[in-house]
Amino acid sequence: MSFSDILSLLRISLHAMVPLALTAVGEIVGETAGLFNIGLEGILLLSAFGGALAAEFGGPGVGLLVGMGVGGVVSLVFAIINTYWKGTQMVTGIGINLFAMGFVAFGLIQLGAPGFHDVPRAVELVKWRTPMGLMSPMIVVALVLPFVIHWFLKRTRAGLMLKAAGEMPEAADVAGININRIRILAAVFGGLLAGLGGAYMSVAWLGVVTKQLSAGRGFISLACVVFSGLNPLLALLGAFIFGFFQALAEWVKSLPSKPIPGEFVSMLPYIITLLVVSGAIGRVRFPKALGVPYKRE
Amino acid sequence: MSQNETTVQSRLLRGAHRTLTGLHPALESILAAIVGLLVGAILMSIYGFDPWKAYMGLVKGAFGGSYEIASSLARATPLILTALTFSICLRSGMFNIGAEGQMYMGGIASVLVTYFVLPTGLHQIAGLILAGLAGAAWGIVPAILKVTRGVSEVISTIMFNWIARWLALYLAIYVVVDPLRPEKTLSIPMTARFPVLVRGTDLSYAIFVSIAFAFVIYFLLWHTAIGYEVRAAGLNPTAARYGGIRNRRTMFLSFILGGVAAGLAGATIVMGLPPTYAIYGGGGLPQLLNMGFDGMAVAMVGRNHPIGILVAAVFFGGLNAGGRVMQFYGANPVPLEMVRVVMGAIVLVMSIPELIRLFPMVKKQAEGLIGWLRRATRRTEREESA
Repeated sequence: MSFSDILSLLRISLHAMVPLALTAVGEIVGETAGLFNIGLEGILLLSAFGGALAAEFGGPGVGLLVGMGVGGVVSLVFAIINTYWKGTQMVTGIGINLFAMGFVAFGLIQLGAPGFHDVPRAVELVKWRTPMGLMSPMIVVALVLPFVIHWFLKRTRAGLMLKAAGEMPEAADVAGININRIRILAAVFGGLLAGLGGAYMSVAWLGVVTKQLSAGRGFISLACVVFSGLNPLLALLGAFIFGFFQALAEWVKSLPSKPIPGEFVSMLPYIITLLVVSGAIGRVRFPKALGVPYKRE
Repeated sequence: MSQNETTVQSRLLRGAHRTLTGLHPALESILAAIVGLLVGAILMSIYGFDPWKAYMGLVKGAFGGSYEIASSLARATPLILTALTFSICLRSGMFNIGAEGQMYMGGIASVLVTYFVLPTGLHQIAGLILAGLAGAAWGIVPAILKVTRGVSEVISTIMFNWIARWLALYLAIYVVVDPLRPEKTLSIPMTARFPVLVRGTDLSYAIFVSIAFAFVIYFLLWHTAIGYEVRAAGLNPTAARYGGIRNRRTMFLSFILGGVAAGLAGATIVMGLPPTYAIYGGGGLPQLLNMGFDGMAVAMVGRNHPIGILVAAVFFGGLNAGGRVMQFYGANPVPLEMVRVVMGAIVLVMSIPELIRLFPMVKKQAEGLIGWLRRATRRTEREESA
């Protein structure tokens, strides 16, 4: 393994980290307020698809924005069902995932080639030339955002209000916080970030939309959230670890000698996720009212 | 009015009242299905299809004749079992999303019957046992992780789905592969196949495995002490714990039962689906793909009750079978994927409790009717006693 190999491995890890980090940080905001969204997988898929279409229409910036919009709208639906309508969050999330799987496959067929859709090079987000090779500017966003969110959750009034809505909605309600509204805002913010992550995958990184583009990344980000115990900085670290193992799997697969069958290499990120989550848990504490709809007495 | 007549009348009224309130969950499922189909129709018209024609094609393809009904039931066979996986665990208070992976392992394990010779009957049972064991083995690991390390079963079962997918692909391509036709696994020998039930269709006797298992689960959960414990732990784990119910035991039991169900689903697909009775590794396991996820939709619409699941599975089996017809129907070829869009929308709507609240008009009418029935029952009863 030469120095250039290590550099390219690091570069791919950083690129693979971006969607995981964005999605995980967004989910941390949502979970702090008490909404547990397992529909992230579907949001990533839908926004990757929507973002790619919009990018072909109006360039990469529009693509990323529309991806965020798609994520925000889906999360809004999720949030309304689970606040005002007192829904079951897991079931809503499963519904979003099923819907996304069907809708993206359906949309891809309507575009002509069943199964996948190439995003033209011309509308992909430009990558920066750095000593490490071509780097997407989104990496900077993914590296900075967790710090901003960490500051927001720990140091601002709004961040503490979110925490109150997740820990003890009764008390927060008495203190004059509108629980349902703040939960909806938090979930929509999380959806915007997940949407950005999804659009990044198609518009700025892989340059393709397939029906399995998300490949469990939504769930891996949930694992990052569990691993971090709702700390955005730890979630960033987790996202980097998972990104690294995805990159490693790709690298091993590209070796000409094929030391391990490709199927086993593809399992690696999921096995690592399991190992990390089962190692990390125990010390992690989640908001008391996570997943419970708030009913005023 | 004679005494006898009022008794009959009051009995009838009370019966209607009870049936109506008892049907409430079923009505909600139907409402959700209607909303889901509407969402599908809106999307179809956005994409320039004629939803009415498409649904006509779908219904014809699903229930238009004996061939169509048989093929709907064939699609329902594995769905019943994967839906049971989800709902057994939900009854005990856990979200087991792992039916997909457990089903892959069951499917691969049932291919192993090709390696030994047994008389018909025993051979099928051997295949079912192998598949059930493989599914249970795959399902028990998330339970162990949850008990010992506190890992959320949602995340671990999803990860196990992906691991199972790649493992099953590896096994199908390199280990149990047909040496003459490397795109598929070895075919199940004649003695281990489930015979076809309706000539010329792909409905086999495997459907009785699904139905029997659904009734076994119904009996186990509602008519035995251990089943009561499972349901109690699901309703309120703390109260169940104080009541002397060992939550760990119920957790393991429900994951094992769920794994067995999903494993059997894999077996019914491999051993009971003509013409090749094999898994295609080359195409990425097409027969097995997504049956576990669709099962969750079935479980939800079936209200997590084995009998409800049987009905819901026929509905979704019909959607799948009819969807195949819909995509070749006239000048209006709607892709099969639309079916999954409809399923997703249905599940999304099903997550709203007391769905009827959102339709004030319907609710008002229904409440009015039930109130009228209640008053009428009381009035006749009073007349009776007077």
